[in-house]
Amino acid sequence: MIAVYLLLFLSVAGIAFFALTGHHKDIGKLNTYINAMNLAITVWLATTVYQHGTILSESKAFLIDSFNVYLIVLTAFVGFTTSLFSAPYMAHEIELGKLTEGRLKLYYSMYQGFMLAMYLVLTTNNMGIMWVAMEGATLATVLLVSLYRTPESIEAAWKYFILCGVGIAQALFGTILLYYAAEKLGNPENALLWSVLHEEAAQLNPDILKISFVFLLIGYGTKIGLVPLHNWLPDAHSEGPTPMSAVLSGLLLNDALYAVVRNKMLVDGATQSHIAGYLMMGFGLVSFLVAALFLHRQKDIKRLFSYSSIEHMGLMTFAFGIGGSLATFAALLHMTVHSLVKSAIFVTVGHAAQIAGTQKMAQIRGLIRTQPKVGWGLLIGTVAIAGFPPFGVFTSEFLVLLATMREYPWLTPLLLLGIGIAFSGLFRHIQPMVYGEKPEGQLPIKANLIPVMVHLGFALWLGLAIPHFLSDWFSQATLLISGSAL
Amino acid sequence: MNIETQDFYTQAILSMSALVGLMSFLMLGQGRLPRLIFVFAMQGMLLTLTAILAASELHSPHLYISAFLTFALKVVFIPVMLQKQVFAMNIHRDVEALKNNTTVMLSGASLMIFSYYVLQPIIHTSSMIMLNTLVVSLSVVLLGLLLMISHRQAVAHVVGFMSIENGLFFAAMAATDGMPMVVELGVAFDVLVAAVLFGIFFFHIRTSIDSLDVDMMNKLHEVER
Repeated sequence: MIAVYLLLFLSVAGIAFFALTGHHKDIGKLNTYINAMNLAITVWLATTVYQHGTILSESKAFLIDSFNVYLIVLTAFVGFTTSLFSAPYMAHEIELGKLTEGRLKLYYSMYQGFMLAMYLVLTTNNMGIMWVAMEGATLATVLLVSLYRTPESIEAAWKYFILCGVGIAQALFGTILLYYAAEKLGNPENALLWSVLHEEAAQLNPDILKISFVFLLIGYGTKIGLVPLHNWLPDAHSEGPTPMSAVLSGLLLNDALYAVVRNKMLVDGATQSHIAGYLMMGFGLVSFLVAALFLHRQKDIKRLFSYSSIEHMGLMTFAFGIGGSLATFAALLHMTVHSLVKSAIFVTVGHAAQIAGTQKMAQIRGLIRTQPKVGWGLLIGTVAIAGFPPFGVFTSEFLVLLATMREYPWLTPLLLLGIGIAFSGLFRHIQPMVYGEKPEGQLPIKANLIPVMVHLGFALWLGLAIPHFLSDWFSQATLLISGSAL
Repeated sequence: MNIETQDFYTQAILSMSALVGLMSFLMLGQGRLPRLIFVFAMQGMLLTLTAILAASELHSPHLYISAFLTFALKVVFIPVMLQKQVFAMNIHRDVEALKNNTTVMLSGASLMIFSYYVLQPIIHTSSMIMLNTLVVSLSVVLLGLLLMISHRQAVAHVVGFMSIENGLFFAAMAATDGMPMVVELGVAFDVLVAAVLFGIFFFHIRTSIDSLDVDMMNKLHEVER
């Protein structure tokens, strides 16, 4: 349990340190060190949970079980590798004169603020605190979206702030209804604790929980980027600094989905029906198909990949909605590989945009000839995200298809169609960018592609052979969520 | 059930919730920003009074803290900040021509009926106070959304946003005697930070588009041209 306190403390210390002290030359490195330490702590936490099972802190404020512990490690890992990329990237942005030193301080302080909010969402046992932390994540990132202070970025940040703020307010109403139902069982102080609610789920009033889940799904669904609540997502991803896009896509969306699934477990226990699952399947499938179509109409490279994020989040929501052990296992795996691959892609996209000096896809050309590492990185990343074997995305999408065929065979064609549309949508844009002649005067830049290689390497590993401890972990989480073993 | 046969506390809470709902309707039809902000502050004041009433009746001292937080944030800090912005921008004399005012008001009324319809299933689990207060708070949330849709000024959007928070606070307090203290404090902290960020944003929006009219923010599209 000390690990959790240490984790949260380090992030708080990071916020305070970056905000209060003056500018350092090595501010980026310092950020990397903090994230590296947090990664080490989470690995320690994970091994403890692996050996001793679920941990509930004495005050019952924190709960670490097999479901959230791997997301915590994933969060720390992506946070760490992105900070490796962000240090030289932001230094380059300063050289270009896009940023001042004061804003760089804001950036690093809020980077830690965002990480703190993510750790809190994942570790807390209290559904109310989960909401507070989720809103905190919006507040921490909203000033980062407008970091460049261009009219577009301010518009994007305002949209993000208003839509996510209003959306997540619905989730608070859902949480209040949940509390209202739970309070009737007595013991109001513990009525929002997930561990207590999960034990007593069968006694909760099913009618209230059904209404509450609708609000929770709309609220957290805004953050997942489910269609038609997704409008903020491409704007916020495309206008903010690239490291931010990587962590938003890789972490924030996952954690919002995590909140929905936690609530679904309660609703399933109370209603003994599949209503929450049907809602998630509907929203998920619509998001998946709509986002796949929108991929074709994009002109900005970061917007392209943010629609791809919506598509994949839709697929995960759909898979969690199907329920059952196979679909849940697939969704958990997909969450992991999507985070890894998507943050790797955003890192390469950041480099590509710095090489070409623009995010407009029509003007990004000949990447392989200019800087082979970046070009190949982008191509391989896109291959991985489109679901080609042998990468992990293929495995998880295949499992989702398998589960769909077993439970709802008539939905399989729709899924296949969506995957096909998304594939063509990605490749019609990527092909001319990586191949082709390079424009005159386009020069390679100083790029750190180690994070990309590590991420894609992991995705490859997960596609070829899932290591034993990881599959064990996923099975335990599957058992916890779906109630049946794989 | 006749309202006159209820005890004093029930009657008081029901009237308060009716007034809170009324404030939302007043905001909906308000085209002048200073008045809009004033009505918003009134709604905050009503919430504070309700919290004090509930605290003394139910003997739950932590509701006094919520009452104090609401007063400090929703009656003093946020309205004063918004009012300052409005005067600094010199838009306090502008009257925003609200399109389709009748339609907006009628949709507001339908939203309230819709809230009753949505919360109908929980009628048998609750007392009259709980049902009505929950319905009013849900409709305050929905009316806040409608306010944001029908107004174009960024300041009005912030007022709508904060009145949604008011609705949520009212739900938490009246229907469940307040959430646990940690959650309550966390929510208040988020509202405070949000208010400060809105202040920063007004400044940025003004410097970038020289207006607080959100219709001027139209550079980003779903499908790019």
